[in-house]
Order: sequence, then C-alpha cells, then structure tokens
Amino acid sequence: MSALDSLYQQIILEQAKARHGATLTDDQAAAVHLPAGTGQCHQLNPVCGDEITLRLVVENADDGGTPASARVGELLWSGDGCSISMASASILAELAVGMTPEELAGLIEQFRVVMRSRGAVVGDEDVLGDAAALSGVAKFPARVKCAMLAWVAAEDALRQAV
Amino acid sequence: MVTLTAPHDHTPELTNAEVRRIRNDFPILGQRVNGHPLVYLDSGATSQNPTCVLEAEQEFYEQRNSAVHRGAHTLAVDATDAFEDARATVAAFIGATDRELVWTANATAGLNLLAYAFSNASVGDTGADARQFALGPGDEIVVTEMEHHANLIPWQELCRRTGATLRHIPILDDGTLDLDAAASIIGARTRILAFTHVSNVLGVINPVAELAALGHAAGAFVVLDACQSAPHLPLDVKALGVDFAAFSGHKMLGPTGIGALYGRAELLDALPPFLAGGSMITTVTLERAEYLPSPQRFEAGTQPISQAVALAAAARYLHETGMGRIHAWEAQLGQRLVAGLEAIDGIRVLGPAAGVERAGLAAFEVAGVHAHDVGQFLDAAGIAVRVGHHCAQPLHRRLGLSASTRASAYLYNTTDDVDAFLDAVAGVRGYFGVA
Ligand SMILES: Cc1ncc(COP(=O)(O)O)c(C=O)c1O
Repeated sequence: MSALDSLYQQIILEQAKARHGATLTDDQAAAVHLPAGTGQCHQLNPVCGDEITLRLVVENADDGGTPASARVGELLWSGDGCSISMASASILAELAVGMTPEELAGLIEQFRVVMRSRGAVVGDEDVLGDAAALSGVAKFPARVKCAMLAWVAAEDALRQAV
Repeated sequence: MVTLTAPHDHTPELTNAEVRRIRNDFPILGQRVNGHPLVYLDSGATSQNPTCVLEAEQEFYEQRNSAVHRGAHTLAVDATDAFEDARATVAAFIGATDRELVWTANATAGLNLLAYAFSNASVGDTGADARQFALGPGDEIVVTEMEHHANLIPWQELCRRTGATLRHIPILDDGTLDLDAAASIIGARTRILAFTHVSNVLGVINPVAELAALGHAAGAFVVLDACQSAPHLPLDVKALGVDFAAFSGHKMLGPTGIGALYGRAELLDALPPFLAGGSMITTVTLERAEYLPSPQRFEAGTQPISQAVALAAAARYLHETGMGRIHAWEAQLGQRLVAGLEAIDGIRVLGPAAGVERAGLAAFEVAGVHAHDVGQFLDAAGIAVRVGHHCAQPLHRRLGLSASTRASAYLYNTTDDVDAFLDAVAGVRGYFGVA
C-alpha cells in the first residue's frame, strides 16, 4: 500500500462521508448552560480551519455513589474539515457510546500514543476498533492534529461531564 | 557601489527552454519528492534561492562579517559598504532612493512598524512634524476585503489603540475590488488607505494608481502591501504614487528574516520611531534622545546584515532576468492554470475567470474534497501547493469557504509544471470517491 493509500484507507473515506454522530444542532452548539452530566467543547485547527463542536452526555454520572454504572450515553458533534478530521470524529462517536468514562479516557490515551508515535506504534484493532485504521496518519505529522481534533474535544467534554 | 545594470527587457520573452536554464540556478528544484520530480508551486508562500543569493550570504560571512555603522576597522567599513550598497540596490529595484528604504524582518514587520509609528504619533508629544500622523476617534482607516492578515490586523490594533474606525472596500463576485464602493467609502475621514497590490488568493492585480489618487484626494496616507507584486512584476513606487509600501525578501528569491518598508523621504523623516535603542540616535542623555533621520531611525539594534546583502543579490538576479519578462511569463502560467482548472469537473477557481488578467497563481475549491486532502494528494505526486485560508480568513468567508488550495508560480516554473499539476488535480475527486 502506498503511503497515501495507508493514510486514506477505504474505511476512513467511508467514515468521513458517514459522519456518525454529526447531529449536534446549531442551538446545542451555541448553548451556554449545559445540563448536569453533559460536557461540550469547541476545537479549531487554525492552520487549516478544521473545526468541531462536540457534546458528550454521561448517564448515571452522579447516581448516589455508584460511578461504576456511569456510561457515555451520547456523543454528538458538528463540524467541518478534512476527511481525516471528519472520519476521526465519526469513528469516535461510534466507539464512545456505552463506554464508562474510564474506558473512554483510556481509549483517548491509547489513540494519542499511536498518533504521536510517527508510525512506530500501530493501533491495535481489538482496542481501537475502526480508529486503528487512522494509524497511517501518524506518519504525516502535519495531519496528526486533524486526527486528534475530535478526541481532544471529547477529552475536555468528558472532564466537564463527570 | 553596485547598482542595477540595464534591464534585459529588450530580450525576447521567456520560454520553457530559457526557464529550464533558469532552473539550473536553483539547487533545491532538482530533487525528487515522494518518488516524483519536485513540482514547486508554492512560491506565493515562499520562493527558492538561486546559487548567487546563497553565495552572496556565504561570501559576506567568509570575508566581511562585522557590525555595521559602528567601529572604524576595515571589516566594519567593508560590512557597512555592503549593507548600504544592498539598500541602494533594493531601493532602486522598486524605484525608490536609499534614504527611503527601511530594513525590516518581513512585510508583516514593516506594516506593524508603520502602524506603531502612527500609534506613537497619536499619544503624547512626538513633535510638530509627527502631528500629521496622529489618529483619534472620528478618523477612519480603510482596508479591503481581500487583505492578508498582515495588512489587516495591525490596522485593527491601531484602531483599538487610537479610537479610529476601520472600514473596508468590498469585493465583487468576480473577485475584483468594488471601485464604486471605494469611491464612496474613501472620504474626508479617511486617514490611512491600506491595500494589497496583488491578492495572494485571487491573483487579482489592483489598480494601485487609481486607488492612491482616491486616497490622496481625501488627504489620506496610502499604504501598499507589495508582498505579491515586488517579486513578480516591475514595481515603481514613485510612479504608482503610494506613500508607503512593504514587502518580504523570502518571496523574491531572497533569504528569510529580511524585508523592507518603503516610505516617501519627507514622511519617514517626520514619522516617530517604533523600536528604540542603539544605532538610531544622535544625542542621548539619561532623560531623552534625539533620533537619526530615516532610514536609521527605524533600524534600532543590530540588523540582518548578511540577509540584506543576499536580498540585494536576489534583486540583481531578478532585474537582470527582467521583471517585465518575468511578469509576462507568469501571466501566461496563470492563464494556463485557470483554463486548465476550469476544464476539470467539480473545480471552482477563486477570482477572475480564464482570459481575465491575473497574476501567476490560482486558488480553487474542489467540490466534496477538503483543501487539506487535496494538498496531501498532490504532495504524494511531488507537487507542492498551499492549503488553508492563506492568512485571508475574511476573504474566504466572503467566498463561502474556510479553506482553499493554491498553486503559485514563479520564474522557474515551466508549463510542464503547470500541466503536471493539472493532471494530478484531475485525479483528486476520483481518488476521494466523489467524482
Ligand atoms: C499579500 C501578502 N501580504 C503579506 C504577507 C506577509 O508576508 P510575511 O509573512 O513574509 O511577512 C504575505 C505572505 O504570505 C502576502 O501574501
């Protein structure tokens, strides 16, 4: 596979078009007050103009001392950008729902390790699911920010939500 | 003193054969990138250096390196001569005198210098001569919708500091300035009119003399962003009638870290300094200082000396090749770019259509494919272009875009470069599955 094809794997081009979870409305994106258990974050890559607003809802975040039952109930986003940033957001939305906050935080960390590895670490499909297909991005340092955009937003939103 | 020799504009037009000879002067262009011969179409961002420029810098460091305008030893005298010869050469290159050319780090630094000098004239007492530059509430600064951030944000900041109001001349749908609107926006309140000569996105060449006349009729100072014109067309700041002009060396075959601000001599001598310190003063007491006339009053601290010397070598190289020839060649490449792009499905060229005057660059949108992906695809074919908003966000917003892809040519690009680029662009939508 050429370097370009390893960057733009079929699964990525499909996810970029599918835009799973990209249902955040303009009103939601503009919200100032968020319900409890909800976090929201706007991220912009000023270099290329990629932009995302991501909302994350944690259910049972605060149900009387049983945090074990806390789960990501919803991950919604809106945004505009290159296929890498859009595919990455779409994949994350599919993966995150149903995870515990700890699992999601761990997933984000794993993904970051792969992205920062300059290609030395290939993502494990068992752990990262479709996000493993983004491993090729790590060989293109200028694009790592694109791939990380939604994940950085999710990290911040998660912190607010729990 | 080394001055510019007679230009070669009497020699025939540039041709691919001639450009191939020119390419041999640019060592970097011979390489392969990602398995393909490099096709460098990003000179609008930064240009490449011919061997004579690289050698000028090396020769300076090997033979004459020393502080300038201080010290009486032989090297210091040689270095000062080289530095001031460089100033005279670059000044002559744009039709100015050496007293009127201030070295700056780049165009951005030149425009900021100017904005801060106006700012300094607006607070406290900087003398009777400086009063003409003072701004306050009720005064207006006029820019255009197509400005690079470098010729926009310094004026926004100047307005914030002085209470003046920023206004802009809109563009028409074809990318040219709305000159009717300009005539009504520029008026008695206008104190500064700042605009670009050539748009770094649209390739539009603005009618500088006409706009300058409008500005002067209103009593405004006229500031030209010559970043995309000084490198590419015969520039004569006197003939255009502008008061100030800024440009960058790295876009005209020179090194990074050097650029210049032109200002009419009587204005520069009256303008308060921006940076203060060594090398820009006559008498200093513990309480106050008196300043040298221009250009030294704007050159506090040790200057980028070897860079100035190398930039002069670049100006000589361009001059000897002939700016008229370079402009004509690039205009041909610009037309080939636009005509070729327009013929590809799903491409929208920003700015004037094929057949209408434009510089040797073209920015475009590919339906269904983000500019960043377009640039990545082209890079895999060894083709270097710029993607993003090109430091012109308001312009992109006006065009309904957040980003575009831009190919920009220079005197070392052949029509083969343009054709290789067009071939590759034709494959973009298919590759990303949107064709
Ligand atoms: C029209 C225009 N103005 C100003 C600049 C700023 O130049 P520099 O970054 O060298 O200061 C550029 C370069 O991108 C430009 O194209």
